[in-house]
Amino acid sequence: MGSRSSHAARIPDVDSIRRETGFSQASLLRLYHRFRALDWNEKGYLSRVDLQQIGALAVNPLGDRIIDSFFPDGSLHLDFPGFVRVLARFRPVDDEDNGNRDPKEPEPLNSRMNKLRFAFQLYDLDRDGKISRQEMLQVLRLMVGVQVTEEQLESIADRTVQEADEDGDGAVSFLEFAKSLEKMNIEQKMSIRILK
Amino acid sequence: MLRAALPLLGLPLAGAGATEEPTQEPGSPGEPPPGLALFRWQWHEVEAPYLVALWILVASLAKIVFHLSRKVTSLVPESCLLILLGLVLGGIVLAVAKKAEYQLEPGTFFLFLLPPIVLDSGYFMPSRLFFDNLGAILTYAVVGTLWNAFTTGAALWGLQQAGLVAPRVQAGLLDFLLFGSLISAVDPVAVLAVFEEVHVNETLFIIVFGESLLNDAVTVVLYKVCNSFVEMGSANVQATDYLKGVASLFVVSLGGAAVGLVFAFLLALTTRFTKRVRIIEPLLVFLLAYAAYLTAEMASLSAILAVTMCGLGCKKYVEANISHKSRTAVKYTMKTLASCAETIIFMLLGISAVDSSKWAWDSGLVLGTLFFILFFRALGVVLQTWVLNQFRLVPLDKIDQVVMSYGGLRGAVAFALVILLDRTKIPAKDYFVATTIVVVFFTVIVQGLTIKPLVKWLKVKRSEHHKPTLNQELHEHTFDHILAAVEDVVGHHGYHYWRDRWEQFDKKYLSQLLMRRSAYRIRDQIWDVYYRLNIRDAISFVDQGGHVLSSTGLTLPSMPSRNSVAETSVTNLLRESGSGACLDLQVIDTVRSGRDREDAVMHHLLCGGLYKPRYRYKASCSRHFISEDAQERQDKEVFQQNMKRRLESFKSTKHNICFTKSKPRPRKAGRKKKDGMANTEATNGKPPRDLGFQDTAAVILTVESEEEEDSDSSETEKEDDEGIIFVARATSEVLQEGKVSGSLEVCPSPRIIPPSPTCAEKELPWKSGQGDLAVYVSSETTKIVPVDMQTGWNQSISSLESLASPPCTQAPAMTRLPPRSLVTEEPQAPLNLPSDLRPSFAFPPSLAKAGRSHSESSADIPQQQELQPLMGHEDHTHLSPGTANSHWCIQFNRGGRL
Repeated sequence: MGSRSSHAARIPDVDSIRRETGFSQASLLRLYHRFRALDWNEKGYLSRVDLQQIGALAVNPLGDRIIDSFFPDGSLHLDFPGFVRVLARFRPVDDEDNGNRDPKEPEPLNSRMNKLRFAFQLYDLDRDGKISRQEMLQVLRLMVGVQVTEEQLESIADRTVQEADEDGDGAVSFLEFAKSLEKMNIEQKMSIRILK
Repeated sequence: MLRAALPLLGLPLAGAGATEEPTQEPGSPGEPPPGLALFRWQWHEVEAPYLVALWILVASLAKIVFHLSRKVTSLVPESCLLILLGLVLGGIVLAVAKKAEYQLEPGTFFLFLLPPIVLDSGYFMPSRLFFDNLGAILTYAVVGTLWNAFTTGAALWGLQQAGLVAPRVQAGLLDFLLFGSLISAVDPVAVLAVFEEVHVNETLFIIVFGESLLNDAVTVVLYKVCNSFVEMGSANVQATDYLKGVASLFVVSLGGAAVGLVFAFLLALTTRFTKRVRIIEPLLVFLLAYAAYLTAEMASLSAILAVTMCGLGCKKYVEANISHKSRTAVKYTMKTLASCAETIIFMLLGISAVDSSKWAWDSGLVLGTLFFILFFRALGVVLQTWVLNQFRLVPLDKIDQVVMSYGGLRGAVAFALVILLDRTKIPAKDYFVATTIVVVFFTVIVQGLTIKPLVKWLKVKRSEHHKPTLNQELHEHTFDHILAAVEDVVGHHGYHYWRDRWEQFDKKYLSQLLMRRSAYRIRDQIWDVYYRLNIRDAISFVDQGGHVLSSTGLTLPSMPSRNSVAETSVTNLLRESGSGACLDLQVIDTVRSGRDREDAVMHHLLCGGLYKPRYRYKASCSRHFISEDAQERQDKEVFQQNMKRRLESFKSTKHNICFTKSKPRPRKAGRKKKDGMANTEATNGKPPRDLGFQDTAAVILTVESEEEEDSDSSETEKEDDEGIIFVARATSEVLQEGKVSGSLEVCPSPRIIPPSPTCAEKELPWKSGQGDLAVYVSSETTKIVPVDMQTGWNQSISSLESLASPPCTQAPAMTRLPPRSLVTEEPQAPLNLPSDLRPSFAFPPSLAKAGRSHSESSADIPQQQELQPLMGHEDHTHLSPGTANSHWCIQFNRGGRL
């Protein structure tokens, strides 16, 4: 694929990116190659179409939403820092033992909350900070196969919202969302080893 | 003793308790008295099975005794207690019989005692966890075992060279390697027995346990290779033999896994077709898994691996295919067998140790072995973990490593293998046996005893058991998708990528092939969790004394015909298949004739308010079908009413759900999406009786217990736990009935035939029947028929036509009956129906043919029915209007049914 550059030095702003994302040099280089490879017509940025062309992403039920999350605030261009910033959420969390790579910043991008926030905004389509029943239903519709009927989906959505909803507003806020997953090892579940 | 009988029965167990010694048997008269004996004692005829049963009984009783005291079992693992018990029993046997008896025979062990344990662990292995850690498990299993075997063997040889082992022990390097190979393998039985009580966190458990299962292949290969090398004599071993040894590692392991997967596939495929013979489902699981074991054993592949893979591979599909009860049966039988085998193994191990003739003690060898296996295990674990941690997302920390090293228990596999050694080829066999016994006892008793305090002391992360929540399940799926997507974006084809790939492959091909259509439909993990949560809630609600008998005029969907009178077994079965679900309701609803209506309403009111009378006339007792007992039914009713009420109140308070069109749409109608438009109209054709409860009805159905889920899904396929009736059969019965009514011939057009009065009678059992058998049959069958017409209409309609069966008349009759004015929210919908029906029975000849073949070979039906939902659309669009319109009938029925 893209072996056009081989030095991390060619990445613009490499140091500030590293500081922000905590990626290692090698990972950044790797991601940069990938970025360049995805940017097949060398625009210097990625558009939605570039990401949509990734074959396996098209079959991913959440593929579109995940692509959208690479383009925050309705922007159409995704530059390399933005690209890396999104992926930084999935960097494994270093624990104290071998975590000297990561100086304790206020909130690193790969913190538990940021990982959760990424997942949360996949649900929260209208960006109002709450997953409404309707939004839950939409996600369910994407994720659950055709074998489950609409009514079943609705009851699942009801139940799911009801389960997480603590203040009784019929929607799941981010805090409620995080709370519902507090028993889960998010740091582990939302990390990809290769993104050190 | 009746030695001949033992191998015959495949039970070299040779076992009886001391008191059962035949010499002490009182009866057994020397020669039978002439003439008729009033009482004869025939111990010898029953001896072998009797002794086996007795041993199992002793073991079980011992288990009960152990568990009488909570204190003891919380401190001492059961396996230790059993071994100690075995020692005591062995001592008694020795004292009484003056010779060692009833030892653990390798043949018994490998053929009978080991398979259930391995199957149990493979089948109930948390597959996700297993595959998540597959890399680590494989490393420990393959590299670790090789490492242990070679280092232990070599070190012992070094010990001998150093003169620390008595010269009596005549063994060369190869002998020691052989010994090392059999003593090095971590034993699944021992690990399982100890770790199940320790409750370490899942990752740690799956790694140790997975290792112990998968290392069997390595052990088998090493053992066989070394054994044959020893037999050949080290001088004759060629270089190619070493290569062959390496190659055989792959053959044995991959071959074993392949055998297991093939049988898993067969098993899954077989259970797809057991719809009508539910009772043999559990048996199939055990038979095929055992067949996998024996096949692998026969081909000298790794049998443990085979049965593990078989259990692991088949579970998903088998669980989806078999009925709820079969699932429970499989689970309990498997657990029972496994725990039984485990108990016996440990007890026999204890007994075997008593035999002093086997013992040839050499302190140097014993102590050396003990030290080396512990030391090299620890060293191996540390080294491998260091390598693995470079690749692991969650590194295994030091505490994990300690537990893993210490958890390397040796057990009966090693013992059985060492017993199998040939004394003529390996002169040091007795020493090896004694050492193995000591090692096994040491690891099981000492390590088993201390591992619990150790885990506590090291504060190893325990497994935390929390109930799954819908949110967790849903979000976990989301995470999986996210990770797969991110890997795509990053362009790294890692674990998530391949898992995603596999899941898609599974969904597209494997599940389609191996699961029943209906099972496949209801098989969704999120739905599953939702469903289970509901059940749990309902049960806890009832447990808390929830008041369920309400007078709100609830109608249970399972009402009518419950209290109808005695039936033949056929009708019984028919009713069974409609049990609990709302299958039969529709029949009532489709009868629209005016005066029946009030009867129906009254009937339903009465039925709804009361618990149904229990079956009093259940005369038929079938060996092949298990009927639900009354208690279960009642529970079900209670449950349904409960959930209905809860959901009602939940809705009204929490969500202001207006009665949108989609919401009250009954679930059944919505099940097939292809019928979208027809559905809504069909819904409107509902009688008013249901209207009040429309929305609740829609939701209740979603929370029915599992059997009902099954029968609900019988829209596409008439499936239930018991008594499955196929369309072909039902219609033929209806046909006979139709002849009685005399109103049918081959009907060219449904419009010509007036709605037959018998139809209405059939629909309302309390009207028609005065205990007349024929009528009852008919009423039952007709109840079934419409369901089936919906399900497999495309097939059955033609068979109906070919048989000139009453459903033809019946269907138009139903649709024709004037819809009730109250019902129609959209009055035009029912009005449409008759006009739509006009051409409806012009069957394409091809279809008719197909239908006939279906009625002939009912075995085809499941397949066809499973295909049907796929074909549904094409049917609508491509086929003649006849079939398309026949769908109108279906839709109408369906709406009415709810």
